[in-house]
Amino acid sequence: MSQAVLELSAAQAAAQIRGGELAAEELFRVYRDRAAAEELGAFLWVAEEVPDAPADGPLQGVPVAVKDLFCVGDVPSAAGSRILEGYRPPYTATAVERLLLAGATVLGKTNMDEFAMGSSNENSGFGPVRNPWDETKVPGGSSGGSAAAVAAGLAPWAIGTDTGGSIRQPASLCGIVGMKPTYGAVSRYGMIAFASSLDQAGPLTRDVTDCALLLSHMVGADPCDCTSTGLPEDIRLPVAERLDGLRFGVPPELTGAGVDPGVKVVFDATVERIEQLGGSVEPVALPHAGHAIAAYYVIAPAEASANLARYDGVRFGPRAGHTDLLSLYEETREEGFGTEVKRRIMLGTYALSSGYYEAYYGRAQRVRTKIADDFRAAFERVDLIVTPTSPTVAFGLGERTEDPLAMYLSDALTVPMPLAGLPAISIPTGMSDGLPVGFQIAGPAFSENRILEAAHAIERAVGFDGAPPRG
Amino acid sequence: MIEREQVLHVARLARLRLTDDEVERMTGELSGILDHIEKIGELNLEEVAPTAHVVELENVLRPDEPRPSLSRERALDQAPDSDGVGFRVPRPGATRED
Repeated sequence: MSQAVLELSAAQAAAQIRGGELAAEELFRVYRDRAAAEELGAFLWVAEEVPDAPADGPLQGVPVAVKDLFCVGDVPSAAGSRILEGYRPPYTATAVERLLLAGATVLGKTNMDEFAMGSSNENSGFGPVRNPWDETKVPGGSSGGSAAAVAAGLAPWAIGTDTGGSIRQPASLCGIVGMKPTYGAVSRYGMIAFASSLDQAGPLTRDVTDCALLLSHMVGADPCDCTSTGLPEDIRLPVAERLDGLRFGVPPELTGAGVDPGVKVVFDATVERIEQLGGSVEPVALPHAGHAIAAYYVIAPAEASANLARYDGVRFGPRAGHTDLLSLYEETREEGFGTEVKRRIMLGTYALSSGYYEAYYGRAQRVRTKIADDFRAAFERVDLIVTPTSPTVAFGLGERTEDPLAMYLSDALTVPMPLAGLPAISIPTGMSDGLPVGFQIAGPAFSENRILEAAHAIERAVGFDGAPPRG
Repeated sequence: MIEREQVLHVARLARLRLTDDEVERMTGELSGILDHIEKIGELNLEEVAPTAHVVELENVLRPDEPRPSLSRERALDQAPDSDGVGFRVPRPGATRED
């Protein structure tokens, strides 16, 4: 029974529960037992009991794994950081609340890079996550626990957040689907903040249909997040099998230098597939995309340095030994924050400090305008832009930890979209060196349905049936 | 490039007390990262408006009316130290030069 349940997509499981063929408790127990016994390090907390009657709704009884940075009332929510160890928030994030209202249940909290700062999950305060395809490799980050859990069949689906690629890159490295919606589509209320002008929640799922279904129950304007707008039209379950009439742009800046040959082979084959499906493909320029990493690593740390000022050992989390108020702050932050978080706070504080503000932060914000303008011009010529999601397949644990800049460059292909607030999906379309390769499709603001339809057609045509061996 | 003295100054601004090892490492690493970031100095950005936020929203306002919120007890129950009325901290007033 349990093996058959694992084969179901989340959408199929939801349909079976509604049809009375599958008991919600059974589904929950199968995943709960797997999540509690897993050895990848994907979960930081797993629900002990089958939740009381889930809400009556389209997701009725389907459990979801939730990245640790979403506040869930009275459930440990530490954003992967020792400085919030043991914190049980008094309220639940809107994105999670919406899923609960649709009938979903919380399976557990997933491991992540501390405060979502990282591309390998090695910056978690609670230990790394292993990639289920090869346990000597990283799962990507920062939503590494969510991606590994879905890939390994420890959860039917999961939610994560993406600031510079933190949903799409781990989805790519773990061979699953991950989508970052348009900025503002999903409320940020109750998401422990990293970089507020970039952070956006989204789904990590086994297939594109699950992605659309989960996203459809996350989006919506929220009075508790005045930057949230929702989407102008409902998310539809995708049905497309052809791409006739759709124009795809391939930007040389994000598909050439720096992309591993094995990744390029899979990318080129997928582009060919698009043409076979009736889509047209043309080169399209994003002249400032090469400067996106530089701008991002000013803007994101600057916002983070402000957001993380609140962790001072006063209102939540542990407090370090101290002799006075200043040492209370400093000792708590010294003990509670990991190396990467300190590095970003330092970088952001420096960029915002007197005398350097215009040279770094001011310039980075102007580059951000140029990047957004590039996309605007490109989308006058094409409907969607495609790139590899990550320049490489999953890399080895420990391989990039000694070189922060090399780690930052892992995000080169995913950072431009959030700088412009645009939606993008990663879907697996092949393998290189025995590891999955993700294909990224980005569109104009609020084009989620267009992206999902195209992703669905490509998914069907490619027939990626990859799943790592399941224990 | 960033000097050791600047690293110490920024750490003080950020309320981070770095160990000597961390200061050493951070000085080298931040210099490398800043070298990369300074690539944006090549661009001509005069006449380009800065983007702070990608969504074009007017000010979002709501009526200034009292609404239910967290109880005091609930707001305090995650604090490392509280007297039941507020968060307890050492008496303000530096005992050390800043």
